Amino acid sequence: MSDVTNLGVAALRDGIRSGEFSAKEVADAFIVKVSAAKQLNAFIVETPEHALAAAREADAARAAGEVLKPLAGVPIGMKDLFCTKGVQTTAASHMLEGFKPVYESTVSQKLWDAGAGMLGKLNLDQFAMGSSNETSYFGNVISPWRRRDGGNAPLAPGGSSGGSSAAISARLVPAATGTDTGGSIRQPAAFTGISGIKPTYGRCSRWGVVAFASSLDQAGPMARDVRDCAIMLEAMAGFDAKDATSLKLDVPKWEQGLSGDLRGKKIGIPKEYRVDGMPSEIEALWQQGIDWLKDAGAEIVEVSLPHTQYALPAYYIIAPAEASSNLARYDGVRYGQRELPDGANLQDMYAATRAAGFGPEVQRRILIGTYVLSAGFYDAYYTQAQKVRTLIARDFERAWLDCDLLLTPTAPSAAFALGEKSADPLAMYLNDVFTVPSSLAGIPAMSVPGGLDKAGLPLGLQIIGKPLDEQGVLNAGLAIEQRAGFTARPEQWW
Amino acid sequence: MSDYRIKGATGEWEVVIGLEVHAQVTSNAKLFSGAATTFGAEPNTQVSLVDAAMPGMLPVPNRECIRQAVRTGMAIDAQINKWSRFDRKNYFYADLPQGYQISQLYHPLVGEGEVEIDVEGETKTIGVERIHVEQDAGKLMHDQHPTRSYVDLNRSGVALMEIVSKPDMRSPAEAGAYLAKLRSILRYVGSCDGNMDQGSMRADVNVSVRKPGEPFGTRTETKNVNSVRFVMQTVEIEALRQIDVIENGGKIVQETRLFDPDKGETRSMRSKEDAHDYRYFPDPDLLPLELDDDFLDDCRKSLPELPDAKRARYVALGVTPYNASVLTAEVESARFFDALLDAGAKGPAASNWVTSELFGALNRLGKQIEDSPVSATQAAELLGLVAEGTLSNTLAKQVFEIMLETGEDPSKIVEERGLKQTSDTGAIEAEIAKVLDANADKVAEYRSGKDKLFGFFVGQTMKAMAGKANPGVVNDLLKKALDG
Repeated sequence: MSDVTNLGVAALRDGIRSGEFSAKEVADAFIVKVSAAKQLNAFIVETPEHALAAAREADAARAAGEVLKPLAGVPIGMKDLFCTKGVQTTAASHMLEGFKPVYESTVSQKLWDAGAGMLGKLNLDQFAMGSSNETSYFGNVISPWRRRDGGNAPLAPGGSSGGSSAAISARLVPAATGTDTGGSIRQPAAFTGISGIKPTYGRCSRWGVVAFASSLDQAGPMARDVRDCAIMLEAMAGFDAKDATSLKLDVPKWEQGLSGDLRGKKIGIPKEYRVDGMPSEIEALWQQGIDWLKDAGAEIVEVSLPHTQYALPAYYIIAPAEASSNLARYDGVRYGQRELPDGANLQDMYAATRAAGFGPEVQRRILIGTYVLSAGFYDAYYTQAQKVRTLIARDFERAWLDCDLLLTPTAPSAAFALGEKSADPLAMYLNDVFTVPSSLAGIPAMSVPGGLDKAGLPLGLQIIGKPLDEQGVLNAGLAIEQRAGFTARPEQWW
Repeated sequence: MSDYRIKGATGEWEVVIGLEVHAQVTSNAKLFSGAATTFGAEPNTQVSLVDAAMPGMLPVPNRECIRQAVRTGMAIDAQINKWSRFDRKNYFYADLPQGYQISQLYHPLVGEGEVEIDVEGETKTIGVERIHVEQDAGKLMHDQHPTRSYVDLNRSGVALMEIVSKPDMRSPAEAGAYLAKLRSILRYVGSCDGNMDQGSMRADVNVSVRKPGEPFGTRTETKNVNSVRFVMQTVEIEALRQIDVIENGGKIVQETRLFDPDKGETRSMRSKEDAHDYRYFPDPDLLPLELDDDFLDDCRKSLPELPDAKRARYVALGVTPYNASVLTAEVESARFFDALLDAGAKGPAASNWVTSELFGALNRLGKQIEDSPVSATQAAELLGLVAEGTLSNTLAKQVFEIMLETGEDPSKIVEERGLKQTSDTGAIEAEIAKVLDANADKVAEYRSGKDKLFGFFVGQTMKAMAGKANPGVVNDLLKKALDG
C-alpha cells in the first residue's frame, strides 16, 4: 500500500468506503506523521486517541455493512480556537493554558458527527491575532517550506491559521479547520500552497469558537485541494440556533456542484488591488490566473472597488474594538490563568492576570480597541470605520452588477521569514490588504495555489464571490487548480 | 398640585425628580440564555455556559423577554420601535462575567410613553422617556468568608427592563405614586412580578433642587432603592441635603449615591470624575432586533384591561372613585372584584363589602386576596342574599365569619343554621306587641315626645327576633304600632 498520508480527504473517504485501506491504517499513518513533526510545532495538543476512536467507528460501520458517514474515518486537524470537549483549548494564549471546555463547538461537533476524527489541536496566532503565527504563546509554527535560493531561514506559515496550513502542507493532516477574521484562512493557505475558503459570514456557526472579532470571525476549511474544501465545508456549515448571526439556510451540495466550466461567468479584476510595491511575480501570477479563467470559458472585465484603500484601516479599528470587549471575559475569575499578587485587590488581580495571560500583540489590540471606543474618540474612529465598512460592502454590490466573481492575489508577498516583520506591526498588518475587504463585506472568498515564486515559495490566487455563492467561488478555484497543475510540496527536512 | 415646597433659609425650594426603574422581566429563561430564573435558588445553580461567559459562548435573544417589554411599552402608550439594537456596556466587575452588560443605549426597544398618577385627588401625567431591555448582573456575597468574596451568577443575564421617566415629578408623594402606579401596570401586564423586596423592581432616584422658576439644578442619582416608601424617603432626605449644601455655600456634585434606610441618609458612592467610560458599541454577536406587525398585533391583543380603564369602568358601575382606586391598585384585588361582578354582584355594594369586610378579614388572617378562604362566587352569593333581603347586614357578617372558618357556601350556612332574616309581619307584630306591653312606661314617654326611644324599641324587637328580622320591616311595623 502506498503512503495514505499523500491522499486528500476525498481519496481517503473513498478508499475507506471501498475497503482499499482501513480507517485504522489511515489514522495510524497520520498519527506517526504528526508525532514525527514536532519541529514544525504545528500542534499544541495531539489527540491520537480521538482519531483512533473515529477510525474504529468507521471500520466497525463498514464491517457491519452500514452506509458510511460523509467523513467516516478521515482524521483532521482542529485549529485550537475551537472548543473541544475535554481537550485543552487555548487560543494559543497563556491565558487559557490548561482550559478544558465541558462543551464542543458546533463546527467541531458537526465534523465528528460526519465521522471525522481529530489528530490534534493546531497552533495559531494568539487569539487568532496575527499574520505569521508568531504571536502564539506556544511558540511559532515553522513552515515546512524553505526557500530554494539557499536561504535557510525558517519561514512563517502565515496566520492566524498557521498550524493548520503547516500541518496540511507537510502532509500531517489531510485537512483542518481554520477561522478567518481578516484573512486568517486565505493568507496561510497562500503561503503554504494549499486551498482554503472563508464562506459567507453566518454559514458556519461561531458557537464554541473563541471569539476574536464577532462581526468578522468565520470558520472555514483548509485542505490540499478545492474538492476537499467543498467536502469539509459541507460538514462544517449549517444553521445553528445557538448563534444569533447564523444563516437559516440549507447547506448546498457543494461537492456535487463542482465544475471547472466557467462559460457564461464574468470575472471582475479590481484595479485598486494593483498596489504599489507588489512583487512582479505576483503581478505575473495574477495575469496567469486571468488567462486560466479565460481558458475555462469566463469573460474577464475590469471593475472598480473605489474604497479598497480604506479597508485595512477600517478593519484595524473594528476588529480590535470588538476584540477589546470580547476578551474582557478573561479576567482570572472563572477559568484560565489567575495572577494574584500578595495583597492584591480585585482590580490588581485583573491587571496582573491580563498582563501575564495576554501576549504583546493581544495587548496591543486590546489597547487599540479600547482607545477607539473611548468617549471622545468613538465617532472619529469606530463610527467612521463602520461607515467605511458600509462603503466597502457597497463597492462589492456595485461590482456584482458587472461580474459574478472577482480574481485577486491572496497576499502581496510570498511567505516571509520568521522575525522579518514581527518588529513592525504595521508591515505585518499590510499583509492582509487583499483579504480584509471581503471579510468586512462578509462575502465568500477562497485562496488556491497558483504557482511558485523564484525562491520556490507558493503564491496564492484569491477568488471572491457574491454572498452565499460559495459554489461559484469553489468552481473558479477548481478551474484554476485544473490549469495550474500545482503539485509542488515542501521537501521533508523535519 | 406640584406646590410641594421645602422651606430653606434662603426661601422656598422646588424638588425635581426622575426615576429609572429596573424591572425584572417575568420569563422562565434569561434574556440571552436558556437558564432558569427562579428566585431564591441555591447559588450558581441557574447558570448556563453563556451566563458564565465561557469562551466561545454566544447570546441568543429570548423572544418572550422582548414580548414582555413590548407589551409593557404598549401599556403605557409608548412608541414601540420596530427596529432596535443591543449595545455592549463595557466595565470590569466580579459580578459581570462577560466584562460587559448587553443593554440598549442608542436604539431602545420602547420610546416615549406616559403614566398617569393620582396624588391627593388630582391627576398628573408623568412622561416616560424610554424602556430598554438589558442583562442583570450577578450578586456578590461578602459575608461567606472572612477574607474572600463569593459571587452568585444565578441573576447574571436575567432580563431587566429599564424604564426611564422624564424629570416630571415634583414631590416625594408624586415619586411614590409614580412607582406604585408603574408597579401596578407591570403586574397587570404580567411583565414583572413587582416583588420589590426580592429585588424584582428597584429604582435609581434622580433628585435635584431649584428655586421655583429657575433652570434645573445639578442632580444626584441614588441607586437601587427598593420600596415605594424608601423612594419617597430618598427624595426628601436627598432634597434636604442638597438644599443644605447649597445654602451653606457648597455645590452639588453630579454623583451616584446610596440610600441607607437604617441611618436615614444618602451617601456618596462615586463621583462623575471616577465614573467609568463604558465604551458602548453595538453588540456584534447580535443582529438588530426587527419586529413585524404580526408580533406587535399579538402583543397588543394579549394586553389585559389596565388599571385606569378598569377604574373608570368601576366608577361607571356606581363604585365610588376612592373604592375604585383601592380595588384597582393591585391586580389581584381587581381580579377578585371582576369575578364578583361576573358572578352577579352589584358594583357599589360589592365594592363596599370587598374594601371593608373582605380586606378586614384578610388583614386579620394575614392572607392575600388570591388566597382568600372565601371565593368570589361564594362572596357573590352572600351579597345576593343581602340584596334579596334574606340576610340583614348583621346576619351577613355572621355568615361571612362562618364562611371564613368553614369555607362553606352561604346558602348552606343560612339553611343549616337558620340564619335567615324574616320579613314575616305576623311574627314581627307579635313580638312588637310583647315588647310594647313589657315597656308600657317607655311607650308613654315616647308618645309624649321622646323620639329617641325609637331605637330602643328596634333593639328590643330585633333581640326578641334573635336578630333575624328584616330591619326595614321592623321599622315600619314599630312606627305603625307606636305612632298609629
